[in-house]
Amino acid sequence: MSAITFIHPDGRSDHIETSDGESAMQAATRHGIDGILAECGGNAMCATCHVYVDEAWLARLPAVADDEDALLDGTATERLPNSRLSCQIQLTPALDGLVLRLPERQV
Amino acid sequence: MSASSSPEINGSSAVPRLDVDPFAMNFFADPYPTHELLREAGPVVYLDKWNVYGVARYAEVHAVLNDPATFCSSRGVGLSDFKKETPWRPPSLILEADPPAHTRTRSVLSKVLSPTVMKQVRDRFAAAAEERVDALLEKRSFDAITDLAEAYPLSIFPDALGLKPEGREHLIPYASLVFNAFGPPNQLRQDAIARSAPHQAYVTEQCQRDNLAPGGFGACIHARVDDGEITAAEAPLLVRSLLSAGLDTTVNGIGAAVYCLARFPDQWQRLRDDLTLARNAFEEAVRFESPVQTFFRTTTREVELSGARIGEGEKVLMFLAAANRDPRRWDKPDSYDITRRSSGHVGFGSGIHMCVGQLVARLEGEVMLTALAKRIAGIEITGEPKRRFNNTLRGLDSLPVTITPA
Ligand code: HEM
Ligand code: FES
Repeated sequence: MSAITFIHPDGRSDHIETSDGESAMQAATRHGIDGILAECGGNAMCATCHVYVDEAWLARLPAVADDEDALLDGTATERLPNSRLSCQIQLTPALDGLVLRLPERQV
Repeated sequence: MSASSSPEINGSSAVPRLDVDPFAMNFFADPYPTHELLREAGPVVYLDKWNVYGVARYAEVHAVLNDPATFCSSRGVGLSDFKKETPWRPPSLILEADPPAHTRTRSVLSKVLSPTVMKQVRDRFAAAAEERVDALLEKRSFDAITDLAEAYPLSIFPDALGLKPEGREHLIPYASLVFNAFGPPNQLRQDAIARSAPHQAYVTEQCQRDNLAPGGFGACIHARVDDGEITAAEAPLLVRSLLSAGLDTTVNGIGAAVYCLARFPDQWQRLRDDLTLARNAFEEAVRFESPVQTFFRTTTREVELSGARIGEGEKVLMFLAAANRDPRRWDKPDSYDITRRSSGHVGFGSGIHMCVGQLVARLEGEVMLTALAKRIAGIEITGEPKRRFNNTLRGLDSLPVTITPA
């Protein structure tokens, strides 16, 4: 069992337990984290699961795939170098402790 | 109501057996009491009428949708088991396929219907919605199904696909046939298949490369043949998927949204006060009415689901509509609330088969509801709404309304 942290724009944070094999988006929606909309259910079609990855963790994530890259250009809040789609972040024990910041808006 | 719960217990496990026909006319007329019965009877039930398992709670519907290796689609997503019966048409290469075959065809349609493509068609779809509202404002009193829910998608989707103008009258009957055919061999299915020949001939012909205008979704699918992603024989069948699933679904989706907004004037007012709610008002209508009510899966092995043992080769009927109103998952499930966090509903499915046309549907819904709310102060239902009966789709046949201009 691992855990990850979501930090809301107002500074609130949610620390949630995760299971290996699920995506950060799935963990968030399972725990009802507001701020992750995930309209397309993880099919990489909507970009409403946008997160800013804490700088300390950025290099530990697998590279951005082409479809994710294209979608990140259409996020509701500005795309930053640490922008990712949380549905494309598969959780592994190596990501235990991951910190993700939520954007102001998803649509 | 025909539903009644029998105390009998299935030999091997404690699966409640119900004497309910979820494809009967009296069920379609008012499915909600039966949905509740199905949900409350247990996490997994058995329907003696059609010899299938059923799941109606959110958790189990979601679990089945997200375990495609155990609950497969390649044996058909209707009652008919393709391993035992010959399908009524060549199976869909995406809907009725499992990974890895599904992964390849899905990636083609995802690209054809991607967010980037939606940006390209958005202005056109929005302009057509405005024109529709102009026409409705002229009429004042009209049928919200024929003149709005059908007329709008018909004014954009066939063109977006690149279809010829001739023969489009086959589109809705073909879709209605496809969705009836997922059901059991009842009157609806038999009649639809008996009358299917001309519609099938039209669709087969229109899916050919030469009949699809350049730049449309259809031509984009065929273009993938040149990249080697799909074969020339596969392309027409993938075009067929859009013809089958892309029109009647949105007709019923938009119809559902208008019916909700006309019935719940407080929600209509909220939308008028804040047009940015249009997208969610549509999404919530898809949850609330679930235009696609059900789909089946077939088990690939013996499996235990929430304590119930299901053998290999069994059909499992997923009640998407019942899951979308499961009180275990939703607060006040029976109220239409356009500010609800409705994402997570299974009206578009979930997992690897989740609707690949969802962006098209949401775009149509959003721009149509925006155009309506901008220009119309009120929608009043002026006659008895009439239901349209289909084994899979839920929607109206007619909804007489009168509108007041803003
Ligand atoms: C409100 C409108 C719509 C609703 C409620 C809806 C519903 C659904 C559902 C529930 C599924 C899942 C099927 C399954 O799990 O077996 C699905 C799949 C699908 N839909 Fe939609 N749909 C809509 C609009 C559209 C549109 C506009 C298109 C095409 C442009 C489309 C094309 C498809 C296709 C091709 C699939 C199969 C995807 C796959 O198997 O990977 N749908 N839809
Ligand atoms: S959930 Fe839609 S792109 Fe991540």
